[in-house]
Amino acid sequence: MAFTIKVNGQKHSVDVDGDTPLLWVLRDVLGMTGTKFGCGMALCGACTVHIDGVATRSCVTPVDSIGESQITTIEAIGATKAGAKIQKAWLDNEVVQCGYCQSGQIMSASALLASNPHPTDSDIDDAMFGNTCRCGTYVRIREAIKRAAQSTGQEG
Amino acid sequence: MNLGHVARRPAEPQDTESANGLSRRSFLQAGAAAGGGLMLSLSLPLSSGEAEAADAGVFEPNAFIRIDGDGQIVLTMPYVEMGQGDYTAIPMLIAEELEVGLNQVRLEHAPPNEKLYGNPLLAGVQATGGSTAIPAAWEPMRQAGATARTMLASAAAKRWNVDPKSCRAYGGEVLHAPTGRRLRYGELAADAASMPVPATVVLKRPEDFNLIGTPAKRLDTPAKVNGSAVYGIDARPLGVKIATLAQSPVFGGRVKTMDDAAAKAVNGVRQIVRLDDAVAVVADHMGAAKKGLAALTIEWDGGPHAQLTTAEIASELERATLESGPVAQNIGDVGKTMEIAVAKVEAIYQVPFLAHATMEPMNCTVHVREDSCEVWVGSQVIARAQAAAAKAAGLPLEKVVVHNHLIGGGFGRRLEIDGVARAVEIAKHVDGPVKVVWTREEDIQHDMYRPYFFDRISAGLDEKGMPVAWNHRFAGSSILARWLPPAFNNGLDPDTTDGAIDLIYTLPNVRVEYLRVEPPGIPTAFWRSVGPSHNVFVTESFIDELAATAKQDAVAYRQALLDKSPRAKAVLELAAEKAGWGQPLPERVGRGVSVQFVFGTYLALVAEVEVSKDGAVRVRRVVGAVDCGVVVNPNIVQAQVEGAVIFGITAALYGEITLKDGRVEQANFDTYQMLRISEAPAIEVHIVQSSESPGGMGEAGTSAVANAIFAATGKRLRKMPVDANALKQPA
Repeated sequence: MAFTIKVNGQKHSVDVDGDTPLLWVLRDVLGMTGTKFGCGMALCGACTVHIDGVATRSCVTPVDSIGESQITTIEAIGATKAGAKIQKAWLDNEVVQCGYCQSGQIMSASALLASNPHPTDSDIDDAMFGNTCRCGTYVRIREAIKRAAQSTGQEG
Repeated sequence: MNLGHVARRPAEPQDTESANGLSRRSFLQAGAAAGGGLMLSLSLPLSSGEAEAADAGVFEPNAFIRIDGDGQIVLTMPYVEMGQGDYTAIPMLIAEELEVGLNQVRLEHAPPNEKLYGNPLLAGVQATGGSTAIPAAWEPMRQAGATARTMLASAAAKRWNVDPKSCRAYGGEVLHAPTGRRLRYGELAADAASMPVPATVVLKRPEDFNLIGTPAKRLDTPAKVNGSAVYGIDARPLGVKIATLAQSPVFGGRVKTMDDAAAKAVNGVRQIVRLDDAVAVVADHMGAAKKGLAALTIEWDGGPHAQLTTAEIASELERATLESGPVAQNIGDVGKTMEIAVAKVEAIYQVPFLAHATMEPMNCTVHVREDSCEVWVGSQVIARAQAAAAKAAGLPLEKVVVHNHLIGGGFGRRLEIDGVARAVEIAKHVDGPVKVVWTREEDIQHDMYRPYFFDRISAGLDEKGMPVAWNHRFAGSSILARWLPPAFNNGLDPDTTDGAIDLIYTLPNVRVEYLRVEPPGIPTAFWRSVGPSHNVFVTESFIDELAATAKQDAVAYRQALLDKSPRAKAVLELAAEKAGWGQPLPERVGRGVSVQFVFGTYLALVAEVEVSKDGAVRVRRVVGAVDCGVVVNPNIVQAQVEGAVIFGITAALYGEITLKDGRVEQANFDTYQMLRISEAPAIEVHIVQSSESPGGMGEAGTSAVANAIFAATGKRLRKMPVDANALKQPA
């Protein structure tokens, strides 16, 4: 069945079953591989995207549930104010190791910052709990979110 | 684990340079220096004319550096990037001597070629593992850079008709200071290619380093924060289909019957591939492949291991340790000293099977054509991946092209090629390229696991409570016996005993025995440090037990045994000081310490844990002090310790793979848990300045947590993972 979804401001028509998780539509049908597969059960957060600005696990989001909503992925998160700040903080703090989970980490962190410009440690725990990192970059993720929250976003 | 003393594997007959379409002419020769140390020499190009004929205007003095006429500098990475920072640290070593900035280089994954890219510390296998990359690269990569720099300077001197000594390289240019003339490397590339290769080159003095020792920014970060980094799982050759698979849930089992009618009816499913011990569903996308897999009805013949349990394996290991085994180390006379010791302490330790659970699930993309095969994968052993693909495809090696990728977590899992062979077996039945992606469940249940180990350990103490005899016997799988058979000798291998022998402590009588017992029906493999992940937990827990028996402070007790190991003593003292060792803590909060010397690196950790009334353990803070010799990039060293600490805590609190009816009971991150951000401690890392040879940083785990739990509760945990029930506060 054909669905039209809006990804990063662009409309795409895809012909898949309605229960197909968005993750596979993005990765395998549209070829947008920045969003990662980790568990398929919303246990690790590697597949996190924004749906109307809300951090959402694309591996358990059926394509027929999206409708007119706007999907934002890691490929375009830098175009949002919060996303750009988070990406810069990730670079400044050298958060990344293997990097595989970091698309999802950045999507969760960007959604947090967009809705809560000055998150506390507890806010960070709540927003980032669902994103696992096997390399163990958690200490730097926390620091980077705080750095992004403090930045004005003007320094480029 | 340094395998520099293990005989270098002879190159396979088909493992030729032309097999990979390379024009590389020089290669590294590794030789074993006395004492297992590393000695390398850079072989010289056979003839300079050869390269010019192949690539006019391109300067390619060795297998790691290529400078094009337009000035593009391409570095070929002999070790892979899986998060540990090799794609920054290795370029730093080359760029330091080549006198270029990191922003001037482009990186390429090395193709499979063990002659050019074999790891001298892993017996010439083209492998990234065992924390060997920086120790192995330290000399040869700087040599490679210095050779290129020297030849570029010579080319400039010749063109200007001046003394080469009056020319200096800097920032990608050669300068002639007396006249102010300068030429960019690109302008010199063609001339440099015809310059004689210097027999020796002078390496920079450490005080002249511009890059080495600085926290230079990682080169792989920008692509990893915007989704453009390409991992193996992101490979998309034109027309690729996606497959997922079910392998026999019991290792060694087979497909008995299969009904695929419902699976074939799933929209987007193209094909079902039935193998002897696995079934794959090939589809347009992973969503359809997974749906198809769920619709399959497969009856399995479990085979000989269909009744296997973890308890059975543990019992077998326990039985094995009742008899003596091959002696890994013997100092003095343990038996006699034990008899006259004032006190004797005995304990049994056990560590479980562990899965790697890399965030990037196992995957491999393959296109089998009539007379060739192409593979896209992220591998720690790309030459072995090529060989495995050739074998599975039934093709000569030179007909198999393999593309390596960034790796979404290795930890030893991608030192194995089972996933490559499996993907080729499937691809042989598929017309066109197919990407085989394992579900997380398949990844956890068909891993190759960190072995289960069973340890008996005892010590005799003198009247002051200090150890005079140390007797350690353990049983478990030898990974090296399978992975690198020449490294397994007389029943022993240097990995399984790493961290159990050559202890940092001064002990007058020591006996360490290892019994190789391969568990039936469960494959084992390297897992971030392997030997030490087990041995350091046992030995550092047991030293802690001895200190407690002697009623002495855990740090002071260790210090008293470290007079002959000043670097170990220094990191211990630094970690203890920075952690506030000895300062009072609330009830059910405790500090624990561990010290280790593995992979050429000294590391002391102090963990501070809090144990709730119901036994839940929270690690609040970890302070580390590390002496890894010369530091190439302190930021990466720090990140490696942070990562290893999280990895270690994850294992200590949650890590356990168990078998029932021959099947792995854990399946996804709900049953095989990862530590989460809310559970992550504050981590401080203090680096000791050193000019000693660089050690490895990838695998310094933690055993301080169990000792901290003892300090907090008085309960000694001798079996991992932590059992919260055992830590409940009595009502």
